[in-house]
Amino acid sequence: MRQPNGDVRTTPASSPPPNHANRDDLVIGVLALQGDFFAHGKRLEELGIRWRRVREPADLAGTAGIILPGGESTTLLRLLASSGLDEGLVDYWRSGGAIFGTCAGLILLARTVLNPTQQSLGFLDVTVQRNAYGRQIDSFETRGRWSPPGASEPTDIEMVFIRAPRIVQVGQKARPIAWHQDEIVAVQQGRVLGATFHPELGAEYTVHEYFARLCVAEVTATTKYAS
Amino acid sequence: MTSQPETTRHGTLRLKVGLAEMLKGGVIMDVTNAEQARIAEEAGAVAVMALERVPADIRRSGGVARMADPKKIREIMDAVTIPVMAKCRIGHFAEAQILEALGVDYIDESEVLTPADEEYHIDKFQFKVPFVCGARDLGEALRRIAEGAALIRTKGEAGTGNIVEAVRHMRLINRQIKWLTTLGDEELVTAAKQLGAPLELVRLVAREGKLPVPNFAAGGIATPADASLMMQLGAEAVFVGSGIFKSSDPAKRARAIVEAVTNYDRPDVLARISEDLGEPMPGVDVHELKEQELLQTRGW
Repeated sequence: MRQPNGDVRTTPASSPPPNHANRDDLVIGVLALQGDFFAHGKRLEELGIRWRRVREPADLAGTAGIILPGGESTTLLRLLASSGLDEGLVDYWRSGGAIFGTCAGLILLARTVLNPTQQSLGFLDVTVQRNAYGRQIDSFETRGRWSPPGASEPTDIEMVFIRAPRIVQVGQKARPIAWHQDEIVAVQQGRVLGATFHPELGAEYTVHEYFARLCVAEVTATTKYAS
Repeated sequence: MTSQPETTRHGTLRLKVGLAEMLKGGVIMDVTNAEQARIAEEAGAVAVMALERVPADIRRSGGVARMADPKKIREIMDAVTIPVMAKCRIGHFAEAQILEALGVDYIDESEVLTPADEEYHIDKFQFKVPFVCGARDLGEALRRIAEGAALIRTKGEAGTGNIVEAVRHMRLINRQIKWLTTLGDEELVTAAKQLGAPLELVRLVAREGKLPVPNFAAGGIATPADASLMMQLGAEAVFVGSGIFKSSDPAKRARAIVEAVTNYDRPDVLARISEDLGEPMPGVDVHELKEQELLQTRGW
């Protein structure tokens, strides 16, 4: 699988990590090239978190994290390239910015994409299969377990899957953090999260709250671009 | 691994509206074969609408326009990985059942095809597949939502390459929504009567200041500037029918309209992407169309 910018995992950080120790200063970017970015923004607003639409690399300045929303991954890949955000996100990741992808956003973050193979940013050590459950009539909503690092016990949350991908393989660097039945539906690798479902359409704020905390957490050697 | 109680549901309104949420900020393109579908996907379309003929050709050829041949729809579904929509005639629930069986991702109960029922639209709650319907005003939009539509689009005047009717419909819907937000509870009952829309939905719109489902633009979009205009008027995505494959350089125009929807409020970007796109589709002045030639008056 070819990465758009070569293997960046071993490249040193190009700029100092953002410092957002105080939640009041927190601004989270939401990739607003295409997709359900307003749904994510609304969730953040309801948590009292400021957010900003990101359509070009300059929009990332001052944000502690970025959400890559649901949408069409083929469309998003095209628009990432034309906006320069493909390289912008690589720089952002290297400098320790937190990143959270849902559905199509996860597809963009995966190391390998199947059905069909396509380019991706490769920040998450997972293989993802697109449209793995079938077509829209196979879309479903259900409940599953959310159990990220630091949680004393799993939380039962609503999970909405829309023409969803499947995580078919989890590499050594990525850690499963959510399950539907026996299936892994979300992973974390350092400051990067990816989910096959849409927490922005579910009933709870659990996942966004967790990402917000990840955004304000201090960047350490272990949380920066590989755990 | 603890076992979960089985609470899995398919075909809910949230899933139907959810797919429309995923299409926001995107372009849905009419295509008539697998090759066009691939061009559309490659250009960045978020979905394609599988058709036998684009609206401009339907308009020209006359006769009864029906659901496309399932073979054609399958061919397009096999060619791309993005969602595939298809049209059925207004009120033709049997065509809709066939499209659902084919596995299309969205059904457009469309005025572009010849209506099968002049009294009733389809009861869209009976389907797991989501429906999009056209509207010219708020009352029509809310009637369709009451029947189960998960997505509304302006009707515009399809196949004309003329944006004027889509603008008229979007502005009217916006104006009527604004009007509702200024009314008291007792006035909303009369407003519901005037709009011909269910009171519960009228109350919801008055409270939220927007439709309860996404609102896209369709009918006459032919240029990046048209797409920008509709987005600035409040559309959340655009359908382009004849505008792409009736132009001289479809791939280039398709890419430009995709960029235009993302960058709808940036004139400098729009200026750059609007350059040198070749000839747009030939347009039609809607004032030269006879009353019976209008597609937008189909449905109620």
